[in-house]
Amino acid sequence: MRAVITVVGKDTVGILAKVSTFCAEHDVNVVDVSQTILQDMFCMIMLVDTADMKLEFTDFSDQLKSYGEERNLKIHVMHEDIFNSMHRI
Amino acid sequence: MAMMNISDILETIAMIEEEHLDIRTITMGISLLDCCDSDIKKSCDKVYDKITRKAEKLVATGEQIEKEYGIPIINKRISVTPIAMVSACSGGNPVEYAKALERAAQTVGVNFIGGYSALVHKGFAAGDEALIRSIPEALAVTEHICSSVNIGSTKAGINMDAVALMGQTVVEAAKATADKGCIGPAKLVVFCNAPEDNPFMAGAFHGAGEPDCVINVGVSGPGVVSTALKKIPDGNLTDVADVVKKTAFKITRVGQLVAREASDRLGVPFGIVDLSLAPTPAVGDSVAHILEEMGLEQCGCHGTTAALALLNDAVKKGGIMASSHVGGLSGAFIPVTEDAGMIDAARSGALNLERLEAMTAVCSVGLDMINIPGDTPAEVIAAIIADEAAIGMVNSKTTAVRVIPAIGKKVGDELDFGGLLGGGPVMDVNMISPAKFISRGGRIPAPLQSLKN
Repeated sequence: MRAVITVVGKDTVGILAKVSTFCAEHDVNVVDVSQTILQDMFCMIMLVDTADMKLEFTDFSDQLKSYGEERNLKIHVMHEDIFNSMHRI
Repeated sequence: MAMMNISDILETIAMIEEEHLDIRTITMGISLLDCCDSDIKKSCDKVYDKITRKAEKLVATGEQIEKEYGIPIINKRISVTPIAMVSACSGGNPVEYAKALERAAQTVGVNFIGGYSALVHKGFAAGDEALIRSIPEALAVTEHICSSVNIGSTKAGINMDAVALMGQTVVEAAKATADKGCIGPAKLVVFCNAPEDNPFMAGAFHGAGEPDCVINVGVSGPGVVSTALKKIPDGNLTDVADVVKKTAFKITRVGQLVAREASDRLGVPFGIVDLSLAPTPAVGDSVAHILEEMGLEQCGCHGTTAALALLNDAVKKGGIMASSHVGGLSGAFIPVTEDAGMIDAARSGALNLERLEAMTAVCSVGLDMINIPGDTPAEVIAAIIADEAAIGMVNSKTTAVRVIPAIGKKVGDELDFGGLLGGGPVMDVNMISPAKFISRGGRIPAPLQSLKN
């Protein structure tokens, strides 16, 4: 399946590198990345493919979330279909 | 970016994180018609076995979907065939079924099982009256069981004998649970035109025309609608209706997605999405606040019924295209104790029972979660039920009454239930007696469906 990782927080050096390293360590392939600054907040959106992932999806999502919490970042990992359903007819 | 629009993604996340968008319930409907046995003990065992077999993975599947999609699924519930139909076959004390359902609810870990019900809109069949008379005890000795009784319909009229009986049943349910904050009547709904596929409690049951097992999903999202309306503070009411429609569409699409996933993973057919706006006592999750966002000083003032009519209709128009099958109650709910804005309006006196009754003519359900004085006579409650049923019957819509006589309390006192049921003030009730009218009994004939004025 494909999932969307969103990272929102105060801009610091190396956020993109850290999250993509975390993905690589678990055989999660990054398909696309986009980032922007919204009102001083760093905002990154990453589309990933979890087909070869070594972890259970929920473990991956939990670990990434707590990784974010330790660094004051809000990280969500959600199945891409929730966005497709809501915003595409 | 090829994949998706960043602002769309952030909008979805904000809806969930800040505006309380959630899936209110995944409700599995289970038919118990094949559990009937002339021996009540065997019958109860079959009921327990079938529910625990069918719903074994319901909670775990719901939690899995919740994690993967990042959308909270607040309740996992079960609705069953009206127990009066099952107990008609076995005879015996229907409370045994309530206990079997309670054990099943605890085994599978669901929040509620609905269907301790009887459908008596035209009269009492075998099992119906015994079940209704057992409701106060059944609700007192169980925690997770919800009960409903359908006493009227547009095609059948209103069974006033059943209405009178339900007035007494509501009072007795309150007395039987007086030591538990009168929780009994909060789990009891009296319907006119009850839907057979409603996933919301306390009125969920699995109708006789439904398949053996089915997944129904109820969405929510009053907070999302009021946030969307905040963005057009000066828009006219056509703009307001458009914003509500667009928002309802998005909310319902999520409901449809979750329903389809749950249905696939559980191997159970998808039934319907119920596209209701269901408030919770949480701040920012109130239907009353949507009406106030439209420009009412406080919910309950003149204009409330018109604002609610607009909201209810726009929710349906927006939601209907987002789901392949829409059903259940599908409309805005106005439960007083479950809605922060309604509670405030009831406390300040802006909102009274008469205004609420008018509001039920244009929205989903009816007089819902209203605390009334503990000494309200049974016939006054019966008359409240009759009025509400008449609105449903004449307008070909579902209406219902869920009022809670607060035993030992008077107008202005507070009664709290906690959790999603919330709490609020005891509201004033017109105590001028309808006793003679109620005691006449009989049936109010089904209304004319033409010459509509």
